[in-house]
Amino acid sequence: MIYLDNSATTQPYPEVMDTYRTVSEYYFANPSSLHSLGGKSEHLLTRSREQAAALLEIEPNEIVFTSGGTEGNNLAIKGAAFAYRNRGRHLITTTIEHASAGNAFAQLEALGFEVTYLPVNSDGRVSFDEFIKAYRKDTILVSIMHVNNEVGTIQPIEQIGNFLKQKPKTVFHVDNVQGFSKVPLHLKESGIDLCTVSGHKIHGPKGTGILYVRKGTQLSPLFAGGGQEHQFRSGTENLPGICGMVKALRMTLENEREGIDHLMKLQQQLFDGLAKIEGAVVHTPKHFSSPHIVNVSFLGIKSEVLVHILEKNDIYVSTKSACSSKESGASGTLTAMGISDQEAEQAIRISMAYETTESDLGVFLQTLTEKVGQLKTVMR
Amino acid sequence: MIYDYLVVRFGEITLKGKNKKQFVIKLENDVREKLRQFPQAEIKRHFDDLEIKLNNEKSADVLNVLKKVFGIQNISPAIKVGTDLDEIRAGVLRVAEQEKGAQTFKIAARRKDKRYPIHGSELNQDLGGTVLRHCDWLNVDVHNPDLMIRVEVGYHEARIYGKEVVGVGGLPVGTSGKVMLLLSGGIDSPVAAYLTAKRGALIEAIHFQSPPYTSDRAKQKVIDLSKRLREFGGKFVLHLVPFTNAQVAIRDAVPEDYRITIMRRLMFRIAEKTALKRGAMALATGESLGQVASQTLESMNTINAVTNLPILRPLIAMDKLDIAQIAKQIDTYEISIRPYEDCCTIFLPKAPRTRPDRTHAERFEHKLAVDALVNEAVEGIETIVIDSGSTQDAVSELL
Repeated sequence: MIYLDNSATTQPYPEVMDTYRTVSEYYFANPSSLHSLGGKSEHLLTRSREQAAALLEIEPNEIVFTSGGTEGNNLAIKGAAFAYRNRGRHLITTTIEHASAGNAFAQLEALGFEVTYLPVNSDGRVSFDEFIKAYRKDTILVSIMHVNNEVGTIQPIEQIGNFLKQKPKTVFHVDNVQGFSKVPLHLKESGIDLCTVSGHKIHGPKGTGILYVRKGTQLSPLFAGGGQEHQFRSGTENLPGICGMVKALRMTLENEREGIDHLMKLQQQLFDGLAKIEGAVVHTPKHFSSPHIVNVSFLGIKSEVLVHILEKNDIYVSTKSACSSKESGASGTLTAMGISDQEAEQAIRISMAYETTESDLGVFLQTLTEKVGQLKTVMR
Repeated sequence: MIYDYLVVRFGEITLKGKNKKQFVIKLENDVREKLRQFPQAEIKRHFDDLEIKLNNEKSADVLNVLKKVFGIQNISPAIKVGTDLDEIRAGVLRVAEQEKGAQTFKIAARRKDKRYPIHGSELNQDLGGTVLRHCDWLNVDVHNPDLMIRVEVGYHEARIYGKEVVGVGGLPVGTSGKVMLLLSGGIDSPVAAYLTAKRGALIEAIHFQSPPYTSDRAKQKVIDLSKRLREFGGKFVLHLVPFTNAQVAIRDAVPEDYRITIMRRLMFRIAEKTALKRGAMALATGESLGQVASQTLESMNTINAVTNLPILRPLIAMDKLDIAQIAKQIDTYEISIRPYEDCCTIFLPKAPRTRPDRTHAERFEHKLAVDALVNEAVEGIETIVIDSGSTQDAVSELL
């Protein structure tokens, strides 16, 4: 199997599964229970939180364990908008956010908030100048993804964050689900107040995530209840998931430097290989892009067809963001980049992990070249 | 980062006259101990400072550790160049370019080698001019500069310093001897531990627990506090005293309003015995004058009477809010506010005596087997050594 759909989800590390199982079996007590079994679970939860905080270079009480990227984005965006609604009603985001952010903003618009959607250039990047133009005195929230999930473009987070450092009345949220462990981003130094990370994108269990909430930032909780997770997210903690994710976090970050170097080489290998295929148009920009994603259209070939042909050879890629790939129509990001609907419908996304090998890509490129050639003759 | 050195300067130690060397050696050992997690870093002791050669260790990480070491007044990142003027100029420019946030600067140059042909003030002018010519974002401000670039020309090399970072001050841990601290788990006593350690004391803590009235979580809370406090010393010894029998006996034999007074008197006796056993020369508490019933002058008088050891009360003149402030700074606050019962909150009288009397207290104690209770408690002590790097525990392999 050659799995190249790591932006959709990753295969959990075996060590993560071991932890998940052990914790489910032996640490099943509720961390909030007063008895000593509950105490054991609570201790494990505390240690998980401390370890995650140390790895992310933040404080333990700045970590909110969530059920994943979608919840993290919803809690950050709606939670901040509701908490600060009396300060102002203006919000800023981009046209290329993940659906979990984009649709949260749509909900807020329906509730009377005013949203500015920043456009992107042909590389899929928002411009700092456009952002400054959109920024107003009553802007209470800015939410921008770090790395785009469809084409891999890196957004100017540090630059925007540095500007917002001087604006204490605006909350800055970054969706780092795709960028985490692929493009380094320092939370404390980049002026970020809220940051979403997902567990299953870094070989952790499904249904896990972290929302970084900078000390002093208010959020109106989406779930009311027993007040877990510093009152931000009620509900009995998913301890097996949390421990598994924290282990995946550690294992991933331990390999981060070599992993990123490796991904850069792989991406170059893909760029080089794709350049030799006739009719291949690469949408992922050469600069300001995450090394784990390459988005490419093959002119005249519908992406869905290509996905199914590759899968017959045990190779797995995806059309666009998995979360919206079942809807018909072209990709939001590619359209926002000014690419025609037709070309966008011919785009596939190749997304890699640290574990992807050069020989995987060799086989993939060879198969791809062959199949694209065949399809062209068939369709002609 | 361009800096390959960190230069650590001492605070009060430099006032120590003939004993100075002892203090400096202790500080050097502390720094060595703390920097063991950075195997590349090399430490060299000079007369006035410690020089740490980073060898690719991240200077921000090393700085964060050094910021917590008692006895350090300040730390400056530095580069070293030859004494040739052109080399010094180039070095100063590198520092100016590194510290991009600054808009104004000042050069403070000094010759350690008085034979060096260019005087300090001439160096200031020359180097200031160099910076002005090359860095158009910088202006001179000699009174309140954003960036002070200090230059020290020695015999063989010149050091150029970046932005200075303030250390915690105080004296190296252990240079003042050992102190036995009564650690309750509340907000105050960890702060008292911190402040006493800052004055060079090696702290051991004693904590009273009364299971089943107090829970394992209360114990874990004190262990977690100790882990925090350990960051300021090399290791931290925690004595856990079984106190249930004593408390039950007091409840049964002593009038309600005197229970706290008598309880504290027993605690001090137990702490004194433990202190003498462990070679500690004083007790310390987190008491603040008038804060609660046991902290009035009358109470302190009555309670203090059971021991001849000096009792250090570093918080005595501090307001609760100021204490909480320090607790937040040293990261003990969040642990201290965990809501578990401790031994002081069980069997709590409705109206404790705020002005207890020594003779009354002594009379009530006749009904108690004081010596037996104290001995039983001391013998039952569980001692835990919280060593550096002991964040490893039973659950570590799961994570």
